[in-house]
Amino acid sequence: MYIINAPVEETIEIDQSIYLLKVNAPQISSIIKPGQFLNIRVSERVSPLLRRPFSVCDVDGEHLYLMFNIMGEGTHILAHKTKGSEIDILGPLGNGFNIDGNYKTAVIVAGGLGAAPFPYFTRALNGKKDVISFIGGRTRDDVITYNLINVNEATDDGSRGFKGNVVQLLQENIELLKSKNLKIFACGPTVMLRALKDFCIKNDFDCEVSTECAMACGFGICQGCPIESTNDQDKYLLVCKDGPVFNIKDIVI
Amino acid sequence: MSTDLSVKIGSLTLRNPIMLASGTVGYGNEISEFTDLNKLGAIVTKSLSLKPRKGNPPQRITETPAGMLNAIGLANVGVEVFLKEKIPFLKKFDVPLICNIAASTIEEYVECTRILTVEETIKAFEINISCPNVREGGLIFGNDINAVAEITSRVRVATNKPIIIKLSPNVSYIAAFAKAAKENGADAVSAINTLVGTAFNIITRRPKIQNITGGLSGPAIKPVALAKVLEISREVDIPIIGIGGIMDWKDVIEFMIAGSSAVQIGTLNFIDPSAPGKILKELEEYCVKFSIEKISSLTASYIL
Repeated sequence: MYIINAPVEETIEIDQSIYLLKVNAPQISSIIKPGQFLNIRVSERVSPLLRRPFSVCDVDGEHLYLMFNIMGEGTHILAHKTKGSEIDILGPLGNGFNIDGNYKTAVIVAGGLGAAPFPYFTRALNGKKDVISFIGGRTRDDVITYNLINVNEATDDGSRGFKGNVVQLLQENIELLKSKNLKIFACGPTVMLRALKDFCIKNDFDCEVSTECAMACGFGICQGCPIESTNDQDKYLLVCKDGPVFNIKDIVI
Repeated sequence: MSTDLSVKIGSLTLRNPIMLASGTVGYGNEISEFTDLNKLGAIVTKSLSLKPRKGNPPQRITETPAGMLNAIGLANVGVEVFLKEKIPFLKKFDVPLICNIAASTIEEYVECTRILTVEETIKAFEINISCPNVREGGLIFGNDINAVAEITSRVRVATNKPIIIKLSPNVSYIAAFAKAAKENGADAVSAINTLVGTAFNIITRRPKIQNITGGLSGPAIKPVALAKVLEISREVDIPIIGIGGIMDWKDVIEFMIAGSSAVQIGTLNFIDPSAPGKILKELEEYCVKFSIEKISSLTASYIL
């Protein structure tokens, strides 16, 4: 874990209101794993006060890329960072995806901005596994395929790709999926993860999900980000420290 | 010129006035990666109860202007696990350890204190009578002056170590509570715990935190905290540990001027866990620059 002031290289609007922030952060870029996250202080002022968690979208040498959309004041400030300004980054935080293992095909399942961690994930696989991506969104503008490969798209309104949600799209491809020695890696809204959990249990697919939750510190001291465990009902897991990546069977969604 | 940064809280001497507040440092391990605990005045543990507590369901926190609301619900490992699993780590440090105790009944406060007081690493107790986020205990006690008096006197019998009563700001006259604590054997009070607050999502019309209300902390509450510290300082002769939105060394000075003997840093630890060390360094520089020989001379140095 480091706290660093990272120089901003550029802020790019890659799609309608989806931004990519490129910063120079060699200490973090050299050790961060796909699925880990960063907690970012967008200004030195007391409002907005708290850091904001972002998954790492991609890593390129000394550079980190963060993907976000403008949700409120914090992301508004971030979107307007210019080259030469600095952002205060705490990270890397949490546990990333377990990309090693005996599986042959990595199946990416993402909804909306849930696609954010997968460019780096795909890069880290480095061709050692086959990759199939299933990417969903409400409408065509919500489908984010930036730096993803082998993409199958789904939209609720059918404006792009399969008409329906991304788990229904998985179901459409069930024969193909069943023929693979696969592991699923997912990130997206709660409704998607809930449906995905049922799907994985029914088909006995191994699946890791990246979760999110409002949090303050990002490293375990504020206890602000509980998630219900399926294994121990007497205590919560923390998204920041025990996750954000969990085996889908280990958490109540 | 060197400055004497040490301060006294009853019979407890701290090497400097910077303490880390309960609930913002867990049991010390995470924050020790960023701040050298051995340099601090003291650290206060997350509230401990007799049995482990699961805490409240999500969403537990939300940001507000210059502050945050939390309703963690006293999630903690319980006294037994604390002694077995957390104390060994804390033992490695040369920093006074203060255990914060939360309970649902007066008997539970006494029992926790009785069990923990045997552990020599623990130098004092902070009694949390003011958590706004649990149904039983917590604020119910903090709002009831007779309960505060009784808890203090009963815990007093259970330990010889210093007792600090953590006061609620959610009362109209906090000095009366400080007085009750003093008269029943408390060595100090800490002020303030969080202020009850809430926030709504205007689309769903639901509260932003699951518990409906939470405790407000951060710079937003600093003026309230200062006023409460001042009120106690003017009316009750008892050491005060000032808490509420401290963000830098200037805030520390301000709390001391208003009547605090020491201070606790809380919400800031979430934002910059390395801040306590920086504040300490800057505090020392300030004292040298302004030829303050003893930092304790700042306490209640207000000119009204």
